[in-house]
Amino acid sequence: MLIKKAADLRESDVTPKDTFLKRRDFLAVAGSTAVAVATNGFGFAGMPDVAAQNPAAQKLTNLKKSPFSTDEKLNSYKDITTYNNFYEFGLDKADPGKYAGTLKPRPWSVVVEGQCGKPGTYNIEDIMKYAPLEERIYRLRCVEAWSMVIPWIGYPLSEFLKRFEPTAKAKYVEFRTLVDTKQMPGQTEPALNWPYVEGLRMDEAMHPLTLLGLGLYGEVLPNQNGAPIRLVVPWKYGFKSIKSIVRVRFVESEPVNTWKQQQSAEYGFYANVNPQVDHPRWTQGSERRLGEFFRRKTLMFNGYGDQVASLYAGMDLRKNY
Amino acid sequence: MTQTQWRRRVFKPVVWILCLAPIGFLFYDGFTDNLTANPIEKVTNTTGIWALRLIVAGLAVTPLRWATGVNQLINYRRIIGLFAFFYGTLHFTIYIVTTFFIGGFSEFDASGLWDDLVKRPYITAGFTAFVLMIPLAITSTTGWIRRMGGKKWNLLHRLVYITALAAVLHYFWKVKLDATYPVYYGIGVAMLLGVRVWIAYSKQQLRRS
Repeated sequence: MLIKKAADLRESDVTPKDTFLKRRDFLAVAGSTAVAVATNGFGFAGMPDVAAQNPAAQKLTNLKKSPFSTDEKLNSYKDITTYNNFYEFGLDKADPGKYAGTLKPRPWSVVVEGQCGKPGTYNIEDIMKYAPLEERIYRLRCVEAWSMVIPWIGYPLSEFLKRFEPTAKAKYVEFRTLVDTKQMPGQTEPALNWPYVEGLRMDEAMHPLTLLGLGLYGEVLPNQNGAPIRLVVPWKYGFKSIKSIVRVRFVESEPVNTWKQQQSAEYGFYANVNPQVDHPRWTQGSERRLGEFFRRKTLMFNGYGDQVASLYAGMDLRKNY
Repeated sequence: MTQTQWRRRVFKPVVWILCLAPIGFLFYDGFTDNLTANPIEKVTNTTGIWALRLIVAGLAVTPLRWATGVNQLINYRRIIGLFAFFYGTLHFTIYIVTTFFIGGFSEFDASGLWDDLVKRPYITAGFTAFVLMIPLAITSTTGWIRRMGGKKWNLLHRLVYITALAAVLHYFWKVKLDATYPVYYGIGVAMLLGVRVWIAYSKQQLRRS
């Protein structure tokens, strides 16, 4: 089928329930614009891509709206699911979209351990029900200086972590991605030091903006986006938002995250989006929003400074990059 | 057909088509919406890699002549070199326009460009590779060869050795993790330059003996 892009959507049209009701309209519009798309498909349109969503994926409905959502134009489902840094499936950004079919997001469980009152193994089906699901439309800023706008689904990470009753000794939370070369063939290469490890300071983890990501665009997470459970930390570079989590550990000292292990001169623990602190090899002062031709200026804390700047009061963000 | 006819009617058009094919593929991918979610990156990378490939191809002409004795190959070196410059120019222009114009043509981030040129070795290397191709492209005409004389012209055009090395460094420093391809290109360039050194050395030895 030629239809790849539906007409432009307003933010209020994004909610899957609405989307479903309006699907016929979209298809009608999409049909009439198919010729235009076919002759003008240079990818600068960046429109939501309803028709391309995975019909087999479990839909997530009755989503709460969030005041934290941006009303910026969404990147298309196709953009979001074909342009991923997920080295467990290969180094090229197209690789995860092509090869992540080997990942089995069900059944899935998450081990919780460390400084907490209720360590244990928790099932994904239960985790999905710990709190009402919300839609959060966030900007995602990659450390490589590109960005997207993504309609995530999930609930605040704090709702998840509180259940396990972290103790006073829990100063940080560490997260680990699955290691399984059958499900994640990229792990046969020593590209990174597997498993992928990330961490947050406790106050960052408990911040209301920090999301436990369980879906996007009205359905459960596609494999290439970190199914079935991931972090979404919108004021930090994308690599902090670890995917396909199997282990959560409450710890006393700062975890050494994977990219810091890899190249500590280029990637730090905090990784807050900061236009004033350049990456050694490129500027962080501007970024390419996928779907746009010209760059735009990068905002401090990715535009979430009003909510999160106080977390870093008094800290030297040049040192703690 | 005579040799000249073969060259004009068959070989030259084939070289042109081969050199233009990457552009054709880019347009095809553009019209079929296959330039990835980041078309600018895709076009930048494609034009960059073809600039490097054609630089290598141009460097390979002379060693291939030595190896095969087919001196006719020299007839295609200029067009290969000019196409390398063509792709390099596209690559450079796209980088400038899509990196330093913010939100439109009205705002240009000159200090960002300066930072890139002086602080980021991979940009310095890429810029060097590109700039050194400019005099080579200008003096590529038969008129300039005559005006300069073969000896001087040959000396000037040795700048392409630096261009090739700088282009490989640019590629090598750019990649984040997997340097396999930059290393392949590095080995290729090293061999093509090494052969020249070796031949020059052997000739010198012959002269001495």
